[in-house]
Order: sequence, then C-alpha cells, then structure tokens
Amino acid sequence: MHVHRFERVWLVAALSMIVLFVGTVTFGAVVAGYGMVDAEGGQVDPTDPTTSESFREPGVYNGSEAGHYDVYVETRRFAFVPGTTEPIRVPANSTVTFHVASADVLHGFEVVGTNINTMAIPGQKAVVTAEFDKAREHGIVCNEYCGEGHHDMAGTLEVIPQSEFNASAEVQ
Amino acid sequence: MAHAHDDRTTETAEQSGLVTGERLAFVDRYPSAARITRLCFGVSFSALLVGAILGIVQALHRTNVFRGVIESNDYYSVLTGHGVLLALFFTIFFLSGTFTWGTARSLGRDLPSPRFSLAWFGLQLGGAVAVSAAIFGGFVGEIPFEADVLYTFYAPLQAHPLFYAGLAAWLVGTWLAGFDWIRSYLHWRGDNPGERVPLQTFMVLTTMLMWYISTLGVAVEVLVFLLPLSLGLIDAVDPLLTRTLFWYFGHPVVYFWLMPAYFAWYTILPKLAGGRLFSDPLARIVFVLFLILSTPVGFHHQYADPGIAEGFKFVAMTNTMFLLLPSFLTAFTVVASMEYGARQRGGSGYFAWMKSLPWANPAFAGMALAGLMFAAGGFSGIVNAGMNINSLVHNTLWVPGHFHLTVGTASALTMMALSYWLYPQITGKRLQLYGLAQVQPYVWFIGMALMSNAMHRAGLAGVPRRTAEPQYDQFSFEAVLGSIPEMRLQIAVGGTLLTLGAGLFVAVMLATWFADRGRGRLRVDSHFPEPVSGPEDAPRVLDNFKLWAAVAVVLVVIAYGFPVFSMVADGPFDPAVPPVPVGVVDTALGGVLG
Repeated sequence: MHVHRFERVWLVAALSMIVLFVGTVTFGAVVAGYGMVDAEGGQVDPTDPTTSESFREPGVYNGSEAGHYDVYVETRRFAFVPGTTEPIRVPANSTVTFHVASADVLHGFEVVGTNINTMAIPGQKAVVTAEFDKAREHGIVCNEYCGEGHHDMAGTLEVIPQSEFNASAEVQ
Repeated sequence: MAHAHDDRTTETAEQSGLVTGERLAFVDRYPSAARITRLCFGVSFSALLVGAILGIVQALHRTNVFRGVIESNDYYSVLTGHGVLLALFFTIFFLSGTFTWGTARSLGRDLPSPRFSLAWFGLQLGGAVAVSAAIFGGFVGEIPFEADVLYTFYAPLQAHPLFYAGLAAWLVGTWLAGFDWIRSYLHWRGDNPGERVPLQTFMVLTTMLMWYISTLGVAVEVLVFLLPLSLGLIDAVDPLLTRTLFWYFGHPVVYFWLMPAYFAWYTILPKLAGGRLFSDPLARIVFVLFLILSTPVGFHHQYADPGIAEGFKFVAMTNTMFLLLPSFLTAFTVVASMEYGARQRGGSGYFAWMKSLPWANPAFAGMALAGLMFAAGGFSGIVNAGMNINSLVHNTLWVPGHFHLTVGTASALTMMALSYWLYPQITGKRLQLYGLAQVQPYVWFIGMALMSNAMHRAGLAGVPRRTAEPQYDQFSFEAVLGSIPEMRLQIAVGGTLLTLGAGLFVAVMLATWFADRGRGRLRVDSHFPEPVSGPEDAPRVLDNFKLWAAVAVVLVVIAYGFPVFSMVADGPFDPAVPPVPVGVVDTALGGVLG
C-alpha cells in the first residue's frame, strides 16, 4: 500500500504522542502514586449505608495513624451529611480519606479547588484520599444531577489550623 | 441505449448517459431515496430548532442573566429536551438522511423498497415523538408525564414509561435503517462481484456495524431494566450496571455523531475546496479504526465511579488514546486535501494558500470552521481521557465546553454546511437566502468560541455542569484564568449567537423548502473527482467487514467481559436500588431541607 512520506511522518508523530500521553498517566499512577477511585470501597447498603460494616455514622474519625483522618459522608437528595447543615472540619497538615456513599440516587462529591471528585453510586462506597497542607475553606458541590433540587446540594469543608482543631470535640 | 448494436456503441451510450445523469439532480435520479432523505432532514432540522431555543433558555438561566422563562426546578426538563433533541434526534435523523443519500449515490441505485424505508423512518419518528411528549409533558402539571432524567437517564431516577418505550422504538428504527443500507449494498455486490466497495458505502457500513455492536448495551439497559422498572414489573436495579451499559453505548454514540461529519470531510469537503481527496486508503483505515476502537472505551466516562477496578479504567484509557489516531489521520487528510484544492485554485506559500479557499461558499466555510474547532475539541478531549487529570474536570462545565466543540460544532456545523450543499440536490431547488447562509457558519463559530472557551475555564474553577444555579450561598468559585462574571457574560452572549445561528440555518432551509423548483440552476452537483491515491492503493483486506466486526467484538469482550461479569455475578439486580421517580421533588426537598 502506498503511503505518502508526509503521511508516514505524521503517523509516527501521532503514535509517539499517544504513547507519551499513556506514559504520563502511567507515571502518575505508578511513580507519583495518584490513586484513582476504584473498587476497594466495596458495596454498602443502597438505601442506608450506615447499616453496613464498611460504613459508619457520618462524621470525622481518627485514621489508622497520627495525622490521618477518615471522613464518612452520606449523600442524599439534596444534602451532604456532614457538609451541608454543618461543615466537615479537618485540621491542616493532615491526610484525609473520604468514604462517600449515597442513600438514594447518583450524586457527585466534588471538593472545589482540589482533585477530590468522585461519583456516589447507590450500593457502592467511593474511597478517595487527599492531603491538606493549608488552612482554608473549600466548597463541596454535587456535580451529578440528582433531581429537581440538585442546584441546592452543596456544603463546605473547613481545613482549620491544627492549633484550633479540638480533636475530642471534632472527632467521633 | 438498450438497442445498441455492438459493444462499443453501448459503452459510448452508457457513458453519455452517465454524464447526463450526473447533471440531473439527485432527486430526479433517485426519487425514493431523495424523499426519505428529505423526511429525515425535516425531522432533524425541527429538532435542531427546538433544541437551540432550549439552549438559549439554559445559557441565560445558568448565568443568571435572565431567569424569567422557567423555574429552576424546570431547568432539568429543558436540559433533558436540549440533550435528547440535539444529541439524539437532530444528529441521528440527519445521519439517517445522509446515509440514505450516500448509499444510493455511491452504489448508483435507488432504495430497494421505498415502503420499508418509510417504515423505519416512521418508527424512528414515532419513537422520537413519544420521547419528546414524555419530556415536555413535565412542564404541564395536568399531564402525568415526567422525564427530566437528562439524556443519560441514570437509574434509579425514573422517568415515565413512555420515555423508555419511545427510545426503544426509535432505536429499532435505526437498526432497520442500517438493514436497508446493508441490503442495498448486498444487491449491488450481487451485480458487481469483485469490485471495491465505493468509499461512501464503505463508511456507512463500518459506521452501522459499530452502531449494532454498541447499541446492544443501551437496548439491554432499556428493555431488561429501565422499562420494566418504570412499569413496576421489577422493583429494583443495580445503578452501577445500568450506568455501565449506558456508557458502553454512550461513547460509540459520540462517533455516530461524528461519522457523518467525517463522511462529509472525506468525500465532499475536498471537492468544495476545489481539489480532491488526498487518500482513499487512509479514509478506509480511519473508519476501520473507529469500528474496532469506539466501543471498548466506555469506562473513560466512569473514571470517577466506585465499584470499577483501576485496571479496567486503564484499559479503557489506553484504547481511548489510540482512538486519537484516526482523528489525527483525519486532520492530516482533511488539511492536505484542502491545501491541494487551494493550490489548484492558484494558492501558494506556506500559509497564504488558505486565502485561496472558497470562504464565501457556506458549505465549505461551515465544514472548514467545524474542522478547525474539532482540533480544539480534540485537545480538550485528551485532557478528559487522561484518567488522573480527569479528576480536575470530571462533571464540571469543562465537559460540556468540550462536547460543544465536538458534537456541537464538528458534527452540528458540518451537518448544517452539508445541508447547504445537499438539500438543493434532494429537492431540486436552488438554495434560498444565500446571503444568510454565507454569514451563518461565522455566527456559529464566533458564538461557540465565546461560549466554549468560557465553559472550559469555568470547569477548571470547579463550576459543575448540569445545574440550574451554579451560584452557592456557602462559597464562591475562584477563577484560574479570567473572572467568573466575565465567563458568565461570554456564555450568555455565545449561547445567544448560537441560537441565532441555528435560527438562520432553519430560515434558509425553510425558504428553500417553500421555493419553487426551477428558480435558477442548482449551484451544486454530486460528481466527485477521483482521489489522488485511489482505492486501488488500499489493501483488499480493508473491505473485509466480517473480519473487522469480529476484531471489534473481541476487543469489547476484553474490555467489558470481566467487569460486567463481576457486576452481574452478585445478581443482575443487586445491589438492589429502588426507583426514585422524577417529579415528586417537593416532599423530598421538604424532608431534607425543610
């Protein structure tokens, strides 16, 4: 088959670019350690996640080591629990693992200004870990359509200075 | 010419017959195919007009420029209508018309059975009307229809059964349409053993094979799960499974939008540019690549989903990245063909040849501008496809910013441009309001440039998509580039220009529809010059449809076999999630926020 020289050059350049793109993502996953949302969270009860062994009463908990926290968030039409009526509060310089589960329909859990962005699918638990090094406030939005009150579904995540974080009051 | 006395006379007579034939408009040569194409276009353009009006309502509502048309909780019915009418009905009725034209033209034969063709058109139309009734019934309290489930209709949100039944009917209509084109091809093959498949028919057949493979997913989703759920025959579904079935279909449908555009860029744009196609073999390779790679990529819409192992997402990402290849090759061929045309028209220089292109011809200008925007959309798509960077943009306004460049411009503007060229041939009427047609592609281009750049940047700031009021009491978004009010303004102005652009297009088509035949010669004909490198340069294996369909199925099994098995293994209806019918929001709102 006749392929024009320019076409061959273009083909090789395009293929190299594709390999490069796949390479950067592989680097991110393997070397930089970026963890995707995946199947590790397992399944939970689709209408009341708190009754499942892998889920807990919504709130902030101490993690497996110092400076680590686990936050259990239940999403339901049209609120994050916690997050909407009271903010989620974690200290700065911490590593936080969010466990997100839905009690009704699909929702999104996006912490604005970070790369925490996961779906909440009834019956599944999403697990995503992030580091917070600065004290600041983040918005939380539901970014998947969940019904006619979807635009009201938002909340806040407060990363507060460690000195102001009162573990006994904040942590369950 | 049937009375010719020897072979030589016959040949001459046929050749001269052919020449006369090429001068006849398509409508005179193939009246049945022209009629079906006209009917499909009529539905397509109606859907475009309604969808575009819904579009401006959204653009002004979201940006808080004007919220007087609808209440925020009705925004989602508008959004559902916009998505379904434009992404499914405008595009796919257009595809049905174009492919009917392309098979008839390139095979040189009219429809095998006009009644059968009318039947599939009727089924598609009936389905589309039912779906639309279900959606727009949501605005009227007395009508028990509700379908504000958006065009992705994720369970356990549940629409009225009419919505799912209509979708199913429409889908079967598309299957029968494909059968019609395959049958034409088989008839032609019977008369022409050993000949190369004409390029346009080749494109139609590869596209339809892809469609059969991919629509299986949504057919199972609708017929096995969602329709029975909405009828109360089953009481729960697994939303992860139905969502996975949707995206098994949902990404190939993207190529179902794009293939008519590629079809036009490869076979028509080079001629409009004043030249000819650069390479027929490369065009065939591109369509084969789309057939085999379009389906095993759906998990790239589910990067942010729990319940799917990272490895499966990685396989989908790799396939997705390789799916860039046919688009990169297309960029080369399209630009090379245009440059060839420009140089034939006397263009010269490294870039100056572009000035020699027929920018005042609306069919050319629309397709060329669409191709240019597709390049930008391709690059924002690469960001979506990268499974780690995707976290920054997933479900933000970046995503609709991206697909308004692809389906909303590469496909939509090419379809409008193609209509300027094709519509006169299927009606025998000269294009009316030519001045408006000349301006229209530029109006669309400017509108989209404004709207889409702002949507991309808003997405980077974290502004979510699919939201009536992306303004929150608890916090405000921080723009990475520009400012939020400036982005809102660009979205509102851009959206207004786009609706104007759609209106101009429909005005031109309506004026042409109502014009009399014979008001001046048609400016167009459907004769295509031979490619620079013709089908004789393409290996014959490229025309082996069975082989490529088999490869496509194997790749689908590799990408989907294990993950779907693991979702079904715990029971196809587990985890059992009860339905949440849309339209009963008041109690839910009262309960949670009250």
